[in-house]
Amino acid sequence: MTLGKTLWKLILIKMAILFFVLKLVFFPNLLKTKFDTDMERGDYVVEQLLHQAPSERSSN
Amino acid sequence: MIEMMDLTAVNWARAQFALTAMVHWIFVPLTLGLSFLLAFFETFYYKTGNPEWKRVTKFWMRLFAVNFAAGLATGLILEFQFGTNWSNYSWMVGDIFGAPLAIEVLFAFFIEATFFAVMFFGWNRVSKKFHLFSTWMVAIGSNLSALWILVANGWMQHPVGMVFNPDLGRFEMQDILSVITSPVAISHFMHATSSSFLFASLFVISVSSWYVLRKRHLQLARKSIIVASFFGLVFSSIVILSGDEAAYDSAKLQPMKLAAMEALYKGQESAGLVAFGVLNHSKQPGDDQPTFSFDVKIPYMLSLLANRELDSFVPGIDDLVYGNPKRNIEGVQEKIVKGKAAIESLSLYRTAKKNNNPAAAQEHLKAFRNNESYLGFGYLESPEQAVPHVPIVFYSFRIMVILGSIFPLACLVYLYLAIKDRILNQKWLLSLGLLLVPLGYLASQLGWVVTEMGRQPWAIQNILPVNVAQSDLAAVTVQTTFFVFLVLLGTLVAADVCIMLKQIKIGPEEK
Repeated sequence: MTLGKTLWKLILIKMAILFFVLKLVFFPNLLKTKFDTDMERGDYVVEQLLHQAPSERSSN
Repeated sequence: MIEMMDLTAVNWARAQFALTAMVHWIFVPLTLGLSFLLAFFETFYYKTGNPEWKRVTKFWMRLFAVNFAAGLATGLILEFQFGTNWSNYSWMVGDIFGAPLAIEVLFAFFIEATFFAVMFFGWNRVSKKFHLFSTWMVAIGSNLSALWILVANGWMQHPVGMVFNPDLGRFEMQDILSVITSPVAISHFMHATSSSFLFASLFVISVSSWYVLRKRHLQLARKSIIVASFFGLVFSSIVILSGDEAAYDSAKLQPMKLAAMEALYKGQESAGLVAFGVLNHSKQPGDDQPTFSFDVKIPYMLSLLANRELDSFVPGIDDLVYGNPKRNIEGVQEKIVKGKAAIESLSLYRTAKKNNNPAAAQEHLKAFRNNESYLGFGYLESPEQAVPHVPIVFYSFRIMVILGSIFPLACLVYLYLAIKDRILNQKWLLSLGLLLVPLGYLASQLGWVVTEMGRQPWAIQNILPVNVAQSDLAAVTVQTTFFVFLVLLGTLVAADVCIMLKQIKIGPEEK
């Protein structure tokens, strides 16, 4: 096999794993999945900022 | 220190990000540096018309293509992780990172990708001049990509040119010019690119040494060594100057990082730089134990490095953690109080807004703005949590600097012997030259360890600690994806090494 073909194969396999396995199965964009609008996302993040101060934070 | 806290999920997320970034950085330095070496090789071919230079260019271009293909899109995995593991952070910085990353994709990546095709497939299909132009554009495009990524990273180290929107919980860009011209972004860009050019030189020298040891392709190897060692020598000086500038910036903007790099606990005037040292690992901030079991210092050098003055004061970890009123240094406990006040004001502002009380909302917003720059400290449980892991930062910095001092010497010796045409008999030197690639990678990776570990616990300096930047995920979820990445990235690196070694064994085209 020529180098060009080997490299194309490597790129295509990598892209397929990246976009069809990793992105779809393991790496959803959490805020986009959970909320419909930017206002909701913003509210959620600010709530996280407010509730993660030491006295209220729970360990993971 | 933050590592002592129960942060299982966040530590898995950090490990996953570090793994991916370090694998990504296996490919990037070679792309950045080798692209410019290719441009020089081809320029020699264009100027002299000597077909041997074309053969040299085409050979290294093949190895460049292997590295480029293997590294392509590995950076995207980091972006996937932002959305899943670091969703709070990702949301907060979206407006800041959007501009540099969009510019990166629009200009740099398209330049790189378009001209790469001409460079790799265009021999004898386009004019010599246009082919040379394409090779230069690949080099410029690759390095412009790095510029925008380092602008984004520089902002995390020294957040400027933005304002926090308390309604949307995100930073909004106010002054893109100050983001782009941030001293941290500039010194990091110079240091990362020049060290990548040096690394590519080491790669070329190392592979050429292997050919010379096996008495193969001697003419190609000698020509490659002369160009690469000269290139490496020139960029070594920029590595040293930009490294010095980065340390100077740290002294001003991230003094805790510099103190950790030097394991300097008690601030000193006329402070010496530790050339070698073995840390006392039971040493903790605030105690009176000695810092080192053994150390050799270069007098005055740390003061000179930090402040450009031999007798100046360099604050230590204890000064920064517990404060030093004599030196007008505010302690972390005071900053924690201000950070908590910022969080409290933000909460009251939100409540006032919900209750339709604009006057109270304005008052709380004003109070928030007064303490906004301390926001991140409000999430720390103790002042000591503001200290990064000193041994990792200290030893990584030492090893990087020692290796970084050896490389220019290696380039100088190789250049001299290759010009004098005495390189072919230097079996010892050539055998040691094979180590330049792993040592170059080690130095390059450790540079990032110092940069990123040295600014812990912050995701955004002083504003957002990593445990708050993280998504609300179970540790097992992040753990699972960590091992998925370990397998996939391990396979990718193995494939890259196998293809690269095969191409090196095949060697250049026959004359």
